Amino acid sequence: MLRYLTILLVCQLVGETIVTGFSLPVPGPVLGMALLFLGLVVRRGGSPGLDDFSRGLLQHLGLLFVPAGVGVVLHLRLLAEAWLPIAGALLFGTGLTIVVTGWLMQRLARPPLPNPSGEGGR
Amino acid sequence: MTDDLYRIWVYLSASPLLALTATLVAYQGGLWLYEKSGRRPVVNPVLIAVGLLVGLLLVTETRYGDYFEGAQFVHFMLGPATVALAVPLYGQLRALRGSVMATVVAIVLGSLTAILSALGIAWALGGSLQTVISLAPKSVTTPIAMALSDRLGGLASLTAVAVIITGMVGAIAGGWLLDRFGITDQRARGLAIGVAAHGIGTARAFQVNETTGAFAGLAMGLNALATTLFFAAAIAWFG
Repeated sequence: MLRYLTILLVCQLVGETIVTGFSLPVPGPVLGMALLFLGLVVRRGGSPGLDDFSRGLLQHLGLLFVPAGVGVVLHLRLLAEAWLPIAGALLFGTGLTIVVTGWLMQRLARPPLPNPSGEGGR
Repeated sequence: MTDDLYRIWVYLSASPLLALTATLVAYQGGLWLYEKSGRRPVVNPVLIAVGLLVGLLLVTETRYGDYFEGAQFVHFMLGPATVALAVPLYGQLRALRGSVMATVVAIVLGSLTAILSALGIAWALGGSLQTVISLAPKSVTTPIAMALSDRLGGLASLTAVAVIITGMVGAIAGGWLLDRFGITDQRARGLAIGVAAHGIGTARAFQVNETTGAFAGLAMGLNALATTLFFAAAIAWFG
């Protein structure tokens, strides 16, 4: 487990270093994700251990947003003052974005390939 | 007695243990309610945990900064978790191969929709220029959204709140909306949630299905890039 956490942290660190060094407009962890993805493509897959560890971490992705979310407490007054434009933009803007993106992808993508592993799907 | 309690409280609130434990307990509570409700998306564990903790901070008059001292250990794991998104994405390599162009077009146009709709709606409903700018990058992940808002003269802290609320709106209403519009392709559903509702949406997508989660993670990463480029273009254009 420690080994896989190390792999993830190394990718993140390399990502952060490149982003800072070249003043790139993406967050370090996102570049780290791209690096790990490239590594997996080159090596034709990781180890079952890395798979399990990553899936375990992602299963609780929601938890990791809680501390930032509690930051809402700092802005309760601001939210109360400009609630109408804020609520409107957040509700309808987000809804519209979901429908437009989903519709475009469904329209443009070829039908999904049959999935030999038989996971998920519909 | 009260003195003793006060002494214990002072001791506990000085260490990260209390905030860290409270965060985990609140999230477990959220998960428990989510399962109890028969996994209804409205009963979002993140929303419940945030609500409980906000209530707790208000009641105990604890400063957010003090809470975050402890909770930052959970927050820190966001970085490695983002890197870990590469693993399910690699698992979708086959699904991705046939649809690279479609994926890029959907994400870029989706990103533009997110920015323009936030600008337009907030402006139409009478938001101040500062509010409107602060809301524009709401669909990208927090650190980027805050930086972009700040550079264009928005209020970075308002942006942070908008990002979190957007994530919850997408996580809660996304599945229902996609059903209503007949969007059944799991890749399309994942992209839609990831573009509109970044990591919180992605977290929800992983609860539903691995394909949806993988595409949501991909969309979150590429939307961060697309939005940044759109903002850079806007800054270059308007000075």
